[in-house]
Amino acid sequence: MVQTRSLIDENGKRTDGRVIDELRDVKIGVGIIKNADGSAFIEFGKNKIIVAVYGPREVHPKHMALTDKCVLRCRYHMSPFSTDTRKNPAPSRREVEISKVIREALEPAIILEDYPRAAIDVFIEVLEADGGSRCAGIDAASVALADAGINMRDMVSACAAGKVDDKIVLDINDTEDKEGGADMPIAYLPNLNQISLLQLDGILDSTQFNSCIDNAIKGCLKIYEIQRTALMQKYFGNEKEMELKEE
Amino acid sequence: MSSTRKSTLIIENLRKQQMKELIASGKRLDGRLFDESRSLNIQVGVIKKANGSAWVKLGNTEVVAGVKVETGEPFEGLENKGALIVSAEVLPTASPFIEPGPPDEETIELARVVDRGIRESEMIDLEKLALVPGKIVYVIFVDCSIINSDGNLFDATSYAAVAALLTAKIPIFEMKDGAVIDTGKTKEAPITTLPISITTVRLGESLLIDPTSEEEACMDSRITVTTNSDKFFTAIQKGSSGFFTLEQIKNATETAKVKGEELRRKFKEMINLGQ
Repeated sequence: MVQTRSLIDENGKRTDGRVIDELRDVKIGVGIIKNADGSAFIEFGKNKIIVAVYGPREVHPKHMALTDKCVLRCRYHMSPFSTDTRKNPAPSRREVEISKVIREALEPAIILEDYPRAAIDVFIEVLEADGGSRCAGIDAASVALADAGINMRDMVSACAAGKVDDKIVLDINDTEDKEGGADMPIAYLPNLNQISLLQLDGILDSTQFNSCIDNAIKGCLKIYEIQRTALMQKYFGNEKEMELKEE
Repeated sequence: MSSTRKSTLIIENLRKQQMKELIASGKRLDGRLFDESRSLNIQVGVIKKANGSAWVKLGNTEVVAGVKVETGEPFEGLENKGALIVSAEVLPTASPFIEPGPPDEETIELARVVDRGIRESEMIDLEKLALVPGKIVYVIFVDCSIINSDGNLFDATSYAAVAALLTAKIPIFEMKDGAVIDTGKTKEAPITTLPISITTVRLGESLLIDPTSEEEACMDSRITVTTNSDKFFTAIQKGSSGFFTLEQIKNATETAKVKGEELRRKFKEMINLGQ
């Protein structure tokens, strides 16, 4: 992508006022959908996404069941009012692909073998999109899975890094995604040190690539803390009480 | 909705065991090295009615790609650029496990990853393909048909699409009295770089490039890395349910640079011979 205008001003501020290694404000609410087994709401900058998890439950149609492990099903969907121009509510090819990469990003974290012949459904609904919705969706889905009490090896924390004005920046927003030089979303299992999603759009040399990956992982670690805090707040009130209980 | 799936190719446990043992001792079932591609054969200009075409054989995987050029409206936000659309279809001829019907998520991912590899590398200078900027532009369709499937469809399809574009003759359109006319003349496509994708899969601790479908049925995870002629990364896609460590990703991306460059040279020779 060839950039037509500068997206970082002389003070090093980006279009939304952030510096290059700054995340947008991230807020996660846990258990906001009463009917679901687990749920989460994430505000990732201007992104607003709800995630509901149902399961483990019976698989329909039955022939889709696996005998040795659980089937993870994932739907990423954008509401028609979530974008500048109305989005057709039918699933687009982009949404089909994102549903797939999100499922594959979550699978290494879930102990699927604990629920043979069952299904876990993850529904991700983007109410408002502003760039980075797949990462925000993964962050919230991971919290919702934990909220549902699903056995997991680790959380999944996701965040993008990219190139804007030939600088490596953390957490690309919509404008930077459309006009900037490169966008690289990553999903990371912070305790196991494993990468479960990696995509790149745009041109990076080796140095930039390595710097992008390192930056994105740093961002994922920050997200991980926010995910932990959100879960602890629901289940233990606050972090201090948690520490007391552990003792 | 995306769902965990069984491998379509069922590999017997004995065969799987055999593969794992061999790989642990540094060998592959077909005797290749871990960083060795299968033989690649590219024939260009096989479809005369297409503006460009290529028939690619990567081992037993075969893909036919055809380029068709039309005129149409530009994409929103890209009013002064020609449009490039890469699609892929796995034909029912390709294996006993494929049924006709709308594309499944694997095929959609395949088409989108191949499209991204070409689009993001800016292989075609689309700014040179606007006829009436903002209104009428060249629309280049690259349609890829997988006719036999034996693993690594990502790379085989990408090679076919790139070879077809490299050798395409773009019809020259002109505006006359407000209508588009075909002058009957052709020109080369405005090529800026040669994107090459290299797919690596992880089986246990080992990383192998250019997997066969048997290897794909046993793999833990997959990563497709596209580099351009400057050896810059232009598109990456991790796929499949497993993970990669940071170290493995760095290995896979380095391999993609080295092997991509080797292939790029081979590619140029083959295309020149074909013409």
